[in-house]
Amino acid sequence: MTIGTLIWLIPLPPLLAFFIIILITNRNKRLSHTLSVGSAILSWIGSMVVVWAAFNSEHLGLHPFTSYLAWFPTGDSWFVIGVQIDPLSAGTLFFVAWTILMIFIYSVGYQNFGQPKGDYDRAGLPPQGATVSDVHGHSHKVPSIEPMYSRFFAFIGLFAFGMYLLVVTGNLLILFVGWEIMGLCSYLLIGFWYGKPSARAAMIKAFMTTRVGDVFMLLGIAYLYTATGTLNYREIFYNEDVLHQLATTSTGIFGLSVAGLIGLLLFIGAVGKSAQWPLHVWLPDAMEGPTPVSAMIHAATMVSAGVYMTIRIFPLVSAGAEYGQLTPTMTVIAFIGTFTAIFASTIAIAQNDIKRVLAYSTISQLGFMFAAIGIGAYVAAAFHLIMHAFFKALLFLGSGSVIHGMEHGVLHTGEHIDSQDMFNMGGLRKKMPATFWTFLIGGLALSGFPILTAGFWSKDEIFADAFGHNHWAVFITLALAALLTAYYTMRQITLTFLGKPRTHAAEHAHESTWTMTLPLVVLAVLSVIAGWVGIPEDFPVLGGTIPNFMHEFVGETLLEHPEMVVFSYIPLLTSLVVSLGGLTLGWLVYRDIKVGAFDPVQKALGPVYTVLKKGYYFDELYDFLFVRPSYWLAKNFAYMWMDRKVIDGIINGVGHITGLIGEFLRIFIDKPIINGFGDWVGKTTKKLGFLFRPIQTGRVQQYMIIALVSMMAFSAIFYYLLVFTR
Amino acid sequence: MIPISWYLIFAAALFCIGLFGVLARRNAIAILMGIELMLNAVNVNLIAFWRYATPEKINGQVFAVIVFAVAAAEVAVGLAIFISVYRRRGTVSTDEIDLLKW
Amino acid sequence: MTFIQLFFIFIAAATLGAALLVVTTRNLIHAALWLIVSLFGVAVFYVILNAGFLAMVQVVIYIGAIAILMIFAIMLTRKVSKVPKPAFNSNWIWALLIAVVMFGSMTWILNMWPQFEAIPTAIAPSIDPLRLLGVALVSPEAYVLPFELASLLLLAALVGAIVVAWESR
Repeated sequence: MTIGTLIWLIPLPPLLAFFIIILITNRNKRLSHTLSVGSAILSWIGSMVVVWAAFNSEHLGLHPFTSYLAWFPTGDSWFVIGVQIDPLSAGTLFFVAWTILMIFIYSVGYQNFGQPKGDYDRAGLPPQGATVSDVHGHSHKVPSIEPMYSRFFAFIGLFAFGMYLLVVTGNLLILFVGWEIMGLCSYLLIGFWYGKPSARAAMIKAFMTTRVGDVFMLLGIAYLYTATGTLNYREIFYNEDVLHQLATTSTGIFGLSVAGLIGLLLFIGAVGKSAQWPLHVWLPDAMEGPTPVSAMIHAATMVSAGVYMTIRIFPLVSAGAEYGQLTPTMTVIAFIGTFTAIFASTIAIAQNDIKRVLAYSTISQLGFMFAAIGIGAYVAAAFHLIMHAFFKALLFLGSGSVIHGMEHGVLHTGEHIDSQDMFNMGGLRKKMPATFWTFLIGGLALSGFPILTAGFWSKDEIFADAFGHNHWAVFITLALAALLTAYYTMRQITLTFLGKPRTHAAEHAHESTWTMTLPLVVLAVLSVIAGWVGIPEDFPVLGGTIPNFMHEFVGETLLEHPEMVVFSYIPLLTSLVVSLGGLTLGWLVYRDIKVGAFDPVQKALGPVYTVLKKGYYFDELYDFLFVRPSYWLAKNFAYMWMDRKVIDGIINGVGHITGLIGEFLRIFIDKPIINGFGDWVGKTTKKLGFLFRPIQTGRVQQYMIIALVSMMAFSAIFYYLLVFTR
Repeated sequence: MIPISWYLIFAAALFCIGLFGVLARRNAIAILMGIELMLNAVNVNLIAFWRYATPEKINGQVFAVIVFAVAAAEVAVGLAIFISVYRRRGTVSTDEIDLLKW
Repeated sequence: MTFIQLFFIFIAAATLGAALLVVTTRNLIHAALWLIVSLFGVAVFYVILNAGFLAMVQVVIYIGAIAILMIFAIMLTRKVSKVPKPAFNSNWIWALLIAVVMFGSMTWILNMWPQFEAIPTAIAPSIDPLRLLGVALVSPEAYVLPFELASLLLLAALVGAIVVAWESR
């Protein structure tokens, strides 16, 4: 099997698992999850083989692994699609394979495999617990198995297919296909517990918002195809002539070149998919889905797809500018990324739900990555993308473990509290040690704790690049955002794990099963060591100990290898200050929160706190601007007028006219002519019958006479004809 | 010597008289008599042709013999039928035997 | 006009006259008797035509059996009624027309036959028609089969007539 064929096969096992589970093994939970995890392992093995081959091949950027297929004919030529593994997709494939596998394994435990069926559980609602009595006759409630267990694994299988497809492909259209498949799975999985009205609302909101972005992206793809006649990466992003031509043709819109406009349109798709301002509103609500979903889709993979795509089209958005200069599109990208980073991190400090903090944190970190692309820091953006996937997935899975522990406690004590509210937790360090240590590593990575964690190296790279190219606004804003990031992360850790338990449920929490903690450990290890492949050469002391693989390898993806930014102490110091300072601040403010206490910041900020908590009221704004008018339009225009008056009117009118025509035909044509003809035939036959009846007299002699007379007449005629007309 | 035409004309005349009897007579037995006349005319025709055309062969006479036999059989059966009809209907007048009338 | 021709005309007239009377007489017994007369005339013709055996057969079978049978049947189906019934049915004009037209057309067509006026050739003395007839009726390469079939037919007619006319009690 060649590498090309293997690359095509990587997305297939999860797709097959999806179909088999949906069609055949839906009732058998064990078989379903075995199939699903097995398929993830198969894809993981395939991905590791490909990635290993990619690391070992020379000049992968110039000669990526490709395999092409002519898909459908378009006039004279064919539309060719294919797979392409170049350094960027090799790196992405690496983290996608690991995170997907870890999340699949985690889901087995999260969905409570092995637990009894719940007392009142119904498909469409989260499991409510089962009453179990032990040998002594004591009965207590334990978590119950998810009723729609197999369905979950089928959906995440389909999702994995979509993500793998997006990563291995070398064609923008297939990337869009994978993009949309993931959009569908996101919809299905956010609303996994479709019995909850909040989940139903959230699933629609997610789909609609990302749709807005997708429309622009499709426009961009169409424009690109029209301008170049192809959608394959090799032929566009690596072709100097094509890029130059696109960059120099002007479109007349906002003074952008063709390349710039296409890049902008495609970027808007990424804005929707990666939940950047202004299309960020869906991601916090997407936390309605089960936690593995949040981890996979909304942290590690789907939202990363937006960043991946933008990094992919970097040659297009940067066409026309020298290295270090910014095109208008890049400026827009940088602005949105930076703004979103600070915007989301301010909201995160006022959230109490453990998953919402992480959701806004994701939005913020994605903003970092877009900012990096916007200022031209190609390698830094890719680096941060890969590192963020590891520790964000880790954090989400850890929060899922925490929620599970809390729910166990809730079931045990019978308290009616929100098991996701951090103010009901506390002291879980002692109850759930594995979760605590892995969550801590993840949180430190997110904050950019120096040296040891991957987040430090990737964030530092971004700061260095921003500083090195004198993008002051970006640098300062990102530094502030990093400070807030460290602050709210430590807030989260302190409230959840440190101190004393604030509720009985927290007292009765206990550690989760190995299927949940093993992925946490694996991801924690990766969060620590993965960053060490990107140590800059000029770094004091440590630089040079491990070669900077990231820069060498990923940088090759571009036509021109990007220059390594010159090392300077200022970004390094800034990074250290914001990270350590934020962590300390967070710990100081929240270390002594008692039972039932309010958030200290709430008093300090006053009304600003409410604004932050409500996300600057963007949900309400969109509701007013878009949702309500749509409902009004749908109800009054489309329904009342168009549907009932116009369309129904036409149909009823047609019916009425048809009735009239029918009556006319019946009265004037059917009855007299057709019926009349039928009746006339009958009557005439009867009359003729009566007419000829007397011939049958019953007297033989008369018959004989008639026969002989006729015979003589005929003979005379024939004689005449034969003799006299010869 | 008698030309054959005389025999043929005689036979034709006898035949037509018999035909008239068949078609015009009321009593069924009178119809049978007419049929006998016709058969006899046919026989005369046959024998005349035998004598004048092929007197050395005997086929004509054999034919006539067979016609005799058939005529006899037919009269026997016909009369038996008429007797049976008379017993049932009480009449052998063809005007009154018209069950197959419409 | 030779003697034989005169004789012929006389017999022919007698026969045809008797035949006419057969078909017109109201009294059926008279009709049967006139039938006997005309059958006699036909027998005479057979004699003239050198078919003596057939003349005898004619007398014995036709007159001796058939005509007598007819008289029996007439007697068995006689209705005692005071009102004399007419001889002809209502279509006798048509029948007359047909008979006349048929006679006329047959004669006319026969007239066109070239050998209409042929005269008889003498029979060689070596040929004995009677002997020939006898041999022909029983020899396998001649007419034994039709002969046997004719006898079967007579048997069937015999049985059939008995069955049909059987008086059921």
